[in-house]
Amino acid sequence: MFFGIILICLALFIVSFELEKDSGSGKSNQVVNIFNWGDYIDPKLITKFEKQTGYKVSYETFDSNEAMYTKIKQGGTAYDIAVPSDYTIKKMINNHLLLPIDHRKLKGLSNIDSKFLNLSFDPGNQYSLPYFWGTLGIIYNDKYVKASEVKHWNDLWSSKFKNSIMLIDGAREIMGLTLNSQGKSVNDTNSKDLQAAYEKLKKLSPNVKAILADEIKVYMAQDEAPVAVSYSGEAMEMMDNNKNLRYTIPEEGSNIWFDNMVIPKTAKNIKGAYAFLNFMLKPENAAQNAEYVAYATPNKAAKKMLPKSMQSDKVMYPTNKTIAHLEVYDALSQKNLSKYNDLFLQFKMH
Amino acid sequence: MKAKGLYFSSYVLWLLLFVLAPVALILYQSFIGINGNFTINNYESFFKISSYLRMTFNSVFYAGLITLITLLLSYPTAYFLTKTKYKQLWLMLIILPTWINILLKAYAFIGIFSQAGPVNNSLEWLGLGSHQLLFTNASFMLVAAYIELPFMILPIFNAVDELDESLINVSRDLGANRFQTFWNVIFPLTLNGIKSGVQVVFIPSLSLFMLTRLIGGNKVITLGTAIEENFLVTQDWGMGSTIGVILIATMILIMFLTGEKKRRRRQ
Repeated sequence: MFFGIILICLALFIVSFELEKDSGSGKSNQVVNIFNWGDYIDPKLITKFEKQTGYKVSYETFDSNEAMYTKIKQGGTAYDIAVPSDYTIKKMINNHLLLPIDHRKLKGLSNIDSKFLNLSFDPGNQYSLPYFWGTLGIIYNDKYVKASEVKHWNDLWSSKFKNSIMLIDGAREIMGLTLNSQGKSVNDTNSKDLQAAYEKLKKLSPNVKAILADEIKVYMAQDEAPVAVSYSGEAMEMMDNNKNLRYTIPEEGSNIWFDNMVIPKTAKNIKGAYAFLNFMLKPENAAQNAEYVAYATPNKAAKKMLPKSMQSDKVMYPTNKTIAHLEVYDALSQKNLSKYNDLFLQFKMH
Repeated sequence: MKAKGLYFSSYVLWLLLFVLAPVALILYQSFIGINGNFTINNYESFFKISSYLRMTFNSVFYAGLITLITLLLSYPTAYFLTKTKYKQLWLMLIILPTWINILLKAYAFIGIFSQAGPVNNSLEWLGLGSHQLLFTNASFMLVAAYIELPFMILPIFNAVDELDESLINVSRDLGANRFQTFWNVIFPLTLNGIKSGVQVVFIPSLSLFMLTRLIGGNKVITLGTAIEENFLVTQDWGMGSTIGVILIATMILIMFLTGEKKRRRRQ
């Protein structure tokens, strides 16, 4: 038995070694390490990048900003590119975890829509370049729910949705939408306002069917619940699998988020990192990626290359009027972050 | 003698590096406040905030229920298994599911329990209508019990299997009825199997957290969820470690309680 396990390990090791040897091209010692969200790039683009530049890509994924942040902060990693979200970028800049990006080395920065440049979390885009963006909103099944019944966040508290709402498991998101429903900002840190939001959130408990992460996609597609709160990109994926699903952004306000490419301080292959940034700035590559991942691209030249139906999709590309009401999450201090999370945990207990 | 010393020292080294050092680190972290200062605030807030105490209660309560359910199912199963002809084959079939990753099993149950899943389909076919099965306490406990079941059956099976058949014959010869034989002979002799089964099931059940979200829909919040959130989301490692320390203390308490009875019985 024991001997058998050793034999299997040995065989697997030899095979993987052989495979690695084969896939390494001319500059096989020049690896670009990319750290990105799961299922967030068209794999064909990686092959194309490798072929065009001769670099070899080592691609790793993470499933939350916090997990990625911890891994980079602890050191011992050598990621040349990472893709954190807005408030995490701010936190990484504050903690000196990122290298500034030299704009002179970039080609095609003008392809990016100016709306998505120079944002509060990274003024002047000194450290980050937009990759994808999206919103937080309500997904509903038009078999059971009318569009007019979910126009506002407050509609979630309606008694007709008893035990039928699925929420995304995030303190910022759920506390934020409650603050929005009370006419407050998603970045409110006033203790009184947070307490009031918590009191209101407690009343939502009877309507909440479950508080989940990625599984919402599967459940909504299976008709398990008529209403859910999640991100626009997740909504797109659900709608592909269930034609009855619709996505809406409550007009009083919500969250708009950005995932940007950054170069962590621990990067080893800076040249390779710039090569990848420039590769992703090219409209044809950004368009191919947006079509595959189905999130909104900030690259305006790439957007024009997308199929017409995708370009005019209000889920992915809400109107400027809607965008004006949306807020980016600020990086909270550790104390305020704990406050948000403690209240959210208490709500989950309720 | 020399070889013995070598074995012993490597064992001690292992214990130091991989058992004692991590526990010491957790203990140290649990006294670190949110600003990196040395404090006992974490423990204070644990015992002051009612939601943490409720979570502790939830964890112990649900772990207890899961253990009870598995025990009630496992004992008869293990007992009758030893009486079957191909017992090793049956045992292997019972152990087989443990070869599959726990997440895959959880995802399988999502399909089985969903509104359009096979369980609801059969209920509807029987005219009982479809029911909300997922995100209920019952479904959470059922799935947890299913996952832990083999770990309870195995030690009990071994204990029953080692039982000397002649003792039962003696008991019957001396006039004890079936129940008396079971209660006075079989049960006490297999008690050690039950105890190790209870330990093996109860202790991991205390800190379940994946299932509480996937199957329980975060309607049941246990200490495992709180640890995950403090480490990954809030990044308040101090508070997370504090909960960890309390969980470890609870486990030691359980080990101590189940161990003490054993000694008393031997005296």
